[in-house]
Amino acid sequence: MQTEVVKSRVKKIMNSNEMVGYVFAFPFIFGFICFSLIPILTSLRYAFTDFSLGSKTMEFVGGANFKQLLTDEVFLKSLRITLKYVFISVPLKLVFALLVAYLLTRKTRLQVLYRSLYYVPSLVGGSIAVALVWKQLFARKGLLNSIMGEMGLDPINWFGDQKLALYPLVLMSVWQFGSSMIIFAAGLKEISPTYYEAARIDGANMVQSFVNITLPCLSPIILYNLVMQTIQAFMAFTQAFVITAGGPDNGTMMYALYVYNQAFKYNHMGYACAMSWFMLIVMCLITLVIFKTSKSWVFTESGD
Amino acid sequence: MKTKKILIKIIYHTLVVAFGFVMIYPVLWMISGSFKDNSEILRGSLSLIPDELKLSNYATGWKGFSKITFARFFANSFFITAIATFGTVVSSSLVAYSLSRIKYRGRKIWFTAMLATMMLPGQVIMIPSFLIWYNLGLANSYVPLILPYFCGQAFFIYQMMQFMSGIPRELDEAATIDGCSKYSIYTHIILPLLKPAIVTTVIIQFYWKWDDYMGPLLYLSKPKSYTVSLAIKMFADAASTTDYGAMFAMSTLSLLPVFFIFLFFNKYLVEGIGTSGLKG
Repeated sequence: MQTEVVKSRVKKIMNSNEMVGYVFAFPFIFGFICFSLIPILTSLRYAFTDFSLGSKTMEFVGGANFKQLLTDEVFLKSLRITLKYVFISVPLKLVFALLVAYLLTRKTRLQVLYRSLYYVPSLVGGSIAVALVWKQLFARKGLLNSIMGEMGLDPINWFGDQKLALYPLVLMSVWQFGSSMIIFAAGLKEISPTYYEAARIDGANMVQSFVNITLPCLSPIILYNLVMQTIQAFMAFTQAFVITAGGPDNGTMMYALYVYNQAFKYNHMGYACAMSWFMLIVMCLITLVIFKTSKSWVFTESGD
Repeated sequence: MKTKKILIKIIYHTLVVAFGFVMIYPVLWMISGSFKDNSEILRGSLSLIPDELKLSNYATGWKGFSKITFARFFANSFFITAIATFGTVVSSSLVAYSLSRIKYRGRKIWFTAMLATMMLPGQVIMIPSFLIWYNLGLANSYVPLILPYFCGQAFFIYQMMQFMSGIPRELDEAATIDGCSKYSIYTHIILPLLKPAIVTTVIIQFYWKWDDYMGPLLYLSKPKSYTVSLAIKMFADAASTTDYGAMFAMSTLSLLPVFFIFLFFNKYLVEGIGTSGLKG
């Protein structure tokens, strides 16, 4: 009798919303605390020290790391380059993704095949293999220069000129518009065909219905892609690491690469943490600006 | 009128295919490069058809480095990727169920935390995470590359929540009336209906993890434990001249698993991505 009561009480507790919620959310809560919260707070602490791996002492240096950032020319350059990379690659990528997704909404039997075709670069683009191919494509005697040669143009030393070296990397990022395209495609599918039907009856052409129906209906998804792609672009690492190693003359020293170098090449862990935090603040500000301005261009169905 | 329509159709398909060809050209070029001579690759030849079909690149490439063959690297990659992907699916679906279906105190906080992690750039916590694993004595193991994936990945939690919002709540209610606990609602109702979202997660997480370079770069230092991506980079790092043919051959092999997974599951890819919750 006693055990029955205990059993049913246990069962009741186990089935309460509170319990079920936390049981299912437990993996995330554990991971959030151990792999996000603690590291990020540790990072903040290190940012004010001269910490380096292997040294026994760690001194508190106040804001010295942050002061040093402002005079570190490589840092300032990497900040400029990264901003340039983000501001060129993200809009181009989203425009391509949206246009291709829109063009591929036509109902044809080949639609799935086409979409897969355009998705391939995203599928493989993050891999080291493709980065190495890219390096070869833009090499001095690479594919691109031989195409230009055949058209009678002078070859360009892409990775030898610090003003040009960033562009192959930008192109590589734009080339991988597939994942944004898939998300746009999913969004396009949910726009009711009756809107287009009504517009067609009113005499709207394809461009007009794109501007007046597709764009507003898709604006929440554009916002989502914009935010995610911006964050991703800020953190670009592999391409720069593999293709140019930051060169020439730091012309492609992407922010994430410089953080990596400071931390693991020069063992300036404290300084690298300060850089990470600076980046976090910059990104928060940019995301905030995007969200603030989004109020004027993101259309919500509840109407305003 | 009819001919005009057909003409437009032909132009449309030609353009889509032509542009698509340009898109995948670099990949095709790499594959064809894996059958070419080094000298032919370095000439920057445009052609996708090799002068003569050479399979020797695959043989030399497979030999790997200092007696460790690519069999080992592939096994390592498969091991890490399979376990991490499995972990992501299980943990993310659990968390998504909690955040989207159960009402409890603190849910909003954890949801916000989840969104914050989604937007938190990995590189910001790269150094302290490394130091934590280092202090635990696990910096040179697979643990840092696998364990965090059992704690749910925000991006997939979010995607699954989107998808779950499309599963009618009436199903949960009916099951409750039939005496189902909230645990069995998850296993018997939500999980089976979540299949498209799970497939999407498997595809995307598989190739993210398979392609991952930074993680292995930070945590794996012994060549014996290298993943394919680290091993391929070694071709380019070699002190002598790079063996492009062998590098492209192994690169081609490294892309095969991703292609196969994609081919099998690609029709789910768009279906599994929910956008309903993004609206309004």
